[in-house]
Amino acid sequence: MLFALLIASITLFAQDAQAPVEMADGLYQSGKIYVVVTVISVIFVGIVSYLIVLDRKISKLEKENKNK
Amino acid sequence: MKKNWWKIIAAVFVLYTIIAGFLFKVPAQPILHESIRNLYFHVPMWFAMMTILFVSVWHSIKYLSKSNIESDIVATQAAHTGMLLGALGLITGAIWARYTWGAWWVADTKLNGAAITMLIYLAYFVLRGSIDEEQKCARIAAVYNIFAYILLIVFLMILPRMSDSLHPGNGGNPGFNKYDLDSTMRMVFYPAVIGWILFAVWMFTLRVRIEKVKRKILFND
Repeated sequence: MLFALLIASITLFAQDAQAPVEMADGLYQSGKIYVVVTVISVIFVGIVSYLIVLDRKISKLEKENKNK
Repeated sequence: MKKNWWKIIAAVFVLYTIIAGFLFKVPAQPILHESIRNLYFHVPMWFAMMTILFVSVWHSIKYLSKSNIESDIVATQAAHTGMLLGALGLITGAIWARYTWGAWWVADTKLNGAAITMLIYLAYFVLRGSIDEEQKCARIAAVYNIFAYILLIVFLMILPRMSDSLHPGNGGNPGFNKYDLDSTMRMVFYPAVIGWILFAVWMFTLRVRIEKVKRKILFND
């Protein structure tokens, strides 16, 4: 009886102890998160290049309009 | 090129946030888990929106004192860009809420405040569209814009702090101390905010320049 209580209290205690918070560690270990980072980076660089081209086009338009 | 240095900073900072935001260590928090990284992307949207809308209201005040139509163009285009950022902020916030709080939308002071702010700014565009005469439109819109920005501060900054909210940084607790205390997160978060603000400024200056060229062409014809 006493032993049973002891076991019960131990399991309860074990539950109280902070369980490690689950993070995406596995994904990082396998190293594939870098794939995602690369993909997003490529997309962002693409958007920036697009903005740069737009910027230049507008600059050209502004210049043409000044000469008129 | 000399005039464009800040655009380079914008691109580099945001690119840095994308890389560091995914790869740097973050504190392990229950419920949030890896989604804590959203802080680097969701929150800067709002910071950028508030900055851009401040630029907008600033130019509205300038218009009222000088009646220069260029100020009106800047104010309108800044408000447009601000709406884009606000919409992105709402959508990303809803996605984040779905997987942490369990619902796309909660009747929370901060969330409803953000939604009301968006509606107030939508009304700004409706107002503009409904007045034909340019000077009149610019003047009335400028007055409304000041009113709108004051309401934005009330709904996003003051009311959420006065009541309990699920959203972090509220209920009398200013800022994001809880997460920001971690110094690695700060190293990503601050450049993210600066980067996105500069990026937003770049987008809205492009809009302003297009609008100005458009007007010039119209006048020349």
